Amino acid sequence: MGTGRSRADTVFKVLVLVFASSIVALTLTFFYELTTGSSYTLREGLNFVTSSTWGGSIGNFFGVLPAVYGSVVTSAIALLIGVPVSLGVAIFLSELSPGRLRSPVSFVVELLAAVPSVVYGLWGIFIMVPFLTVHVYPLFQVYLGFLPIFQGYPTGQLPGASILDGGVVLAIMIIPIVSSISRDALQAVPDSQREAAYALGATRTEAIQISVLSYARSGILASIFLGLGRAFGETIAVAMVVGDTPRLSSSLFSPGYTLASLIVTQFTEATGPAYISALVEAGFVLLVVVFLTNIAARYLISRLAKNREAASYL
Amino acid sequence: MKSRRFFMDKVLISLVCVSVVIAIIPLASILYYVTVRGLPAMNLDFFTKLPPLPNPGAPGGLGNAIQGTLILVGLAACVGLPFGILSGIYVSEYGKNFYGRTVRFLGDVLVGNPSIVVGILGYTLLFQPFHGDNLYAGVFALSIIMIPIVSIATAEALNLVPNSIREASAALGIRKWRTSLLVVSNAKSGVATGALLATARVMGEAAPLILTVGFSNFWYAGPTAPVASLTYVIWYFGTSGLQNWVNLAWGAAFFLIVMVIGINLAVRLLTRGRITYA
Repeated sequence: MGTGRSRADTVFKVLVLVFASSIVALTLTFFYELTTGSSYTLREGLNFVTSSTWGGSIGNFFGVLPAVYGSVVTSAIALLIGVPVSLGVAIFLSELSPGRLRSPVSFVVELLAAVPSVVYGLWGIFIMVPFLTVHVYPLFQVYLGFLPIFQGYPTGQLPGASILDGGVVLAIMIIPIVSSISRDALQAVPDSQREAAYALGATRTEAIQISVLSYARSGILASIFLGLGRAFGETIAVAMVVGDTPRLSSSLFSPGYTLASLIVTQFTEATGPAYISALVEAGFVLLVVVFLTNIAARYLISRLAKNREAASYL
Repeated sequence: MKSRRFFMDKVLISLVCVSVVIAIIPLASILYYVTVRGLPAMNLDFFTKLPPLPNPGAPGGLGNAIQGTLILVGLAACVGLPFGILSGIYVSEYGKNFYGRTVRFLGDVLVGNPSIVVGILGYTLLFQPFHGDNLYAGVFALSIIMIPIVSIATAEALNLVPNSIREASAALGIRKWRTSLLVVSNAKSGVATGALLATARVMGEAAPLILTVGFSNFWYAGPTAPVASLTYVIWYFGTSGLQNWVNLAWGAAFFLIVMVIGINLAVRLLTRGRITYA
């Protein structure tokens, strides 16, 4: 009756199902382990993210406000610099590039994603930070020094690892993901949109503005969310250039922490259950934030795919 | 009026071109400095000797870190690839239902999961039970970074296989599981691409290793001892402030970049750009 063969079918189906379930199990394990691992400090509730008392190895009370601040500010700088550049790259690749440049340029941008994060860190401390400290930050000081965010710059002091350095490294690191996802979104815009704009006498820029960018809005937003998640969770490169000092300062030139750099620099020295629990909780905060941004991005992308499917039926 | 519009057009087009240049500068700078500073560290000692003492001019190499990285990445691939490929087969061939879409969605979300969080999971699950740095925790962390990447790459590669192949196979009375393997063999360059890129990705991971396997100045000494790795060397030696250690960190960065970019170039040539990294 061929039951032997259909049993093989069942066995194979169960096999792949079990392996696929590892992804669901992993997701649940992440949340379970990070909440139980931080049970010691989790009961402090929101104090954890609103207080800046870092107990270290002696204290029992932990607050990660400076690290939350550092994560938020470095990610904001990363988006502020990285998103316009990435959109420029995406527009170039999708709308302007001559055919023979398209492939090499997109390959180079993809290679930026392939560079290990720790190599960004090494390049950051020895090349990027000294360059910015000597050639770029003094200009900020001169022209924008009246702003509180550009004050307190230690002139002539090297190396000047700071929140701003962390943000700049992150900006570079999010370019590949933001540009590749938004390029996909731009390429998904039907040519009829562009043709309609040109027919109305639009210049290239106007066509891109009117028909392409607005049509691809949700895809671009998704790419920004993915970039934000990448920036927020990026660890080792930021840890190497952000200065690793638990201090709240309005100046971007001062050293700081991010949640991820706090974890990686202190975990190996952490002693006592409260200390480790606090670091695991910092990881839990990262997990939740990055999960939410990624879910938002994937939701937008899936809606885009559905729209495209719907459009193809017309 | 008209000239102003064309002027704005020129301005914005130039801004777009400038942003491409801005995006390329960091990569060029990284490749230049990693080569210029890392290449001099490449010699026989680099591959065969243990790390030098902290005092300047002490001889040594990173043989143990290269060995450790190969062990960690090799074992992680042994765990991560089967899990990733089989779950990708599920998503593509059996997953046209709610559960399949859930697995796919969670895979997409897990790809963006910070590697430091993965390191914490390795720590709570496998570091603490062994009371210290150990190989199992490191391999576990690296393999769970690989699983979602490989799973998605596999599912996408299988999705590209035309349905006519599945239908032809079914029409010949071939069972579904044999058909699925047929589909996999049709998509093998895509599956291999995902596997290679995921391997390259974990080769460059540092944060999870810091929390799970630590570092050792000696050769591999069994699964319950710390294991050296190239990425840890770049982080630890690179920030040490000691010239001979910093030189080795650049050497490690050069070696790592050559491996990682080599894999990416190989994949690029293999697939002629059909499948992309991200």
